[in-house]
Amino acid sequence: MIGSGTVTSYLIRRIWQMIPTLLGVILLIFVLFTLFGGDPAEIIAGQNASAQQVDIIRQQLGLDQPWWVQLWIFFKEVITFHWGDSWATREPVAHIFLTRLPATLTVMIPLFLLTLVLSVPIALGVAYVRGSLTDRLTMMATTVALSISFLVYVIAGQWLFGFKLSWFPIQGWSPSVWKNLAVYVPLPVMLAVFVSLAPQVRLYRSFFLDEIGQDYVRTARAKGLTERQVVFKHVLRNAMIPILTDISLQLPGLFVGSFLIEVFFSIPGLGREVLLAVNRSDYPVIQATTIYLAVFTMVINLLTDVLYKLVDPRVVLK
Amino acid sequence: MSTVAAAASVSGAPRPRSHGVWNLAARRLRHDRFGMIALAVVGLYMIMVALVSLHLLAGDWADERGMHYANPTFMGPGPDDLAMIEPPPGHMLDLSAVDPLAPHYAEIERRTRELQTTVRPRVRTLPFGGDRYGRDVLQKAIKGSQVSIVVGLASAVVATFIGSVLGGFAGFFGGRIGDALEWLYNVFTSVPYILLVFAFAAVSGRSIASVIVILGLTGWTGVYRLLRAEYIKHSNREYVRAAQAIGAGSMSRMFVHILPNVSHVILVQLSLNVVGFIKAEVILSFLGLGVSVDSVSWGTMLNEAQTELILGKWWQLAAATFFMAVFVTAFSVFTDSLRDALDPKLR
Repeated sequence: MIGSGTVTSYLIRRIWQMIPTLLGVILLIFVLFTLFGGDPAEIIAGQNASAQQVDIIRQQLGLDQPWWVQLWIFFKEVITFHWGDSWATREPVAHIFLTRLPATLTVMIPLFLLTLVLSVPIALGVAYVRGSLTDRLTMMATTVALSISFLVYVIAGQWLFGFKLSWFPIQGWSPSVWKNLAVYVPLPVMLAVFVSLAPQVRLYRSFFLDEIGQDYVRTARAKGLTERQVVFKHVLRNAMIPILTDISLQLPGLFVGSFLIEVFFSIPGLGREVLLAVNRSDYPVIQATTIYLAVFTMVINLLTDVLYKLVDPRVVLK
Repeated sequence: MSTVAAAASVSGAPRPRSHGVWNLAARRLRHDRFGMIALAVVGLYMIMVALVSLHLLAGDWADERGMHYANPTFMGPGPDDLAMIEPPPGHMLDLSAVDPLAPHYAEIERRTRELQTTVRPRVRTLPFGGDRYGRDVLQKAIKGSQVSIVVGLASAVVATFIGSVLGGFAGFFGGRIGDALEWLYNVFTSVPYILLVFAFAAVSGRSIASVIVILGLTGWTGVYRLLRAEYIKHSNREYVRAAQAIGAGSMSRMFVHILPNVSHVILVQLSLNVVGFIKAEVILSFLGLGVSVDSVSWGTMLNEAQTELILGKWWQLAAATFFMAVFVTAFSVFTDSLRDALDPKLR
């Protein structure tokens, strides 16, 4: 049993430790965009603006203030969630987040679950028959699959299944979640699952191999457990710890999504929005996404550490 | 200790030379057949990159020698789709009454004849086809390989250098310096990698150098983590304390004593990074955030290939994919062999 007191004090301490990191992220983004980015006033004003107009915008943004005042303005924006509007479209940044996130999640959640459901059994299977022809062929296939760029799979897959065979629409999106799931999501998800399977299987296979070689597996066999019990009760459960770590590392990525998938299939998600923002020098969108995803990543990491405790009673939270 | 000394003095014969770490690793590597094949392939690519860099190969990749989407030679010439446009039927209207240029017709004719123009014949087929402008796809792929590989190698060197130096300092000194560097590491790793790359790309230009800087400045964290652990481990070993006892300073201990003992880790990380950064460069260039438009890399080729495929012009996609897949496979296999050879305990 975990005493609730220890967990609470652990949580408080961890959240306390996040503050310097978060301040660092804010500082990093501030320095990056203030020192190296173009002049925001000129980006907003556009090419035909007069010097006077640029000056007015500069005043409004506080760019005529010394840097510490600018940093304070930036810091206030972060903690009050008040980012103002996108420079390119005048759309409030918060509104961009809320409207683009559902599309990203509609693609990423099925993709994430499907990859997990497929890669764990395949990895366990090939790890169990390690050294066999099946294992070596699978490993060779993953090496080759990994050497081909993700872009090539999507270009070729979109052409073959969308254009040549016309099994799926090439691109598109509808306001209805169910129609999206049924019509527009299958092709991108299928291609992305195919791509993410190779590295995932390789990684999880190595986790399983580490466990299969352990003494406790031999002990379990020696005391007469069936193979099924050895594999599912002992090997799988122990390998869940590194697998969980890997999943937690992937979770923040769910939100930017596979931005490439969104670009290829014209899915109006957050990843495509960030990319558009980069191309349009739309700083508020990039800054807000970066900082909030950093916060999200830190929270996920914390939750994973707490989850370890539930999965593995040997873990001590400190 | 004493037995060794005794044995040496008793025999008197020259002692068999002991093999160093690198010597043993090279020997292990030579016995790895796959690794050697991969090394040969990587070597060929490197020769190609060197030749392109010296302008001995694919120097005229930007020449528009062929027809618009010229077919590969083995497919034979395609239909002549650049044939003259048929003049519209019916007789031409005489506009000389209203055309303000009409009085100058004769003069224009005369002046035109004075100008020397050479019409370069465009070839109907190219060895592996042509792109939209009739540039040779094979030469483009060779030039693109040079750009992608140089970017991958250079950014891996930058990232590995930053990671090694910071990791070394954090692991060796610990304390305040270690805490500060750990904080920096936490800041960089708490932002999802791709967003970090985008944020850097948003404020930088579009050139080969800026891609190297972006990838180098964002990709050092993995090396840092490993090198920090190595330096923590090594800084308390006996040989380092012995060096300290005879008066070696911190810098000397870090770089003269410990560095050679962790250099194999750095080398493996370097080659792991090369593959990762080549893939990253390809994606950045594909998205238009990488090398500039007047340059060519595997990424920009794939970008063009996307629209060409619908027209049935598959050769640019095939060329870029082939050149990239062979290099990446060979380099990954070589990296694995290198790791096995340098650190047999790891597997």
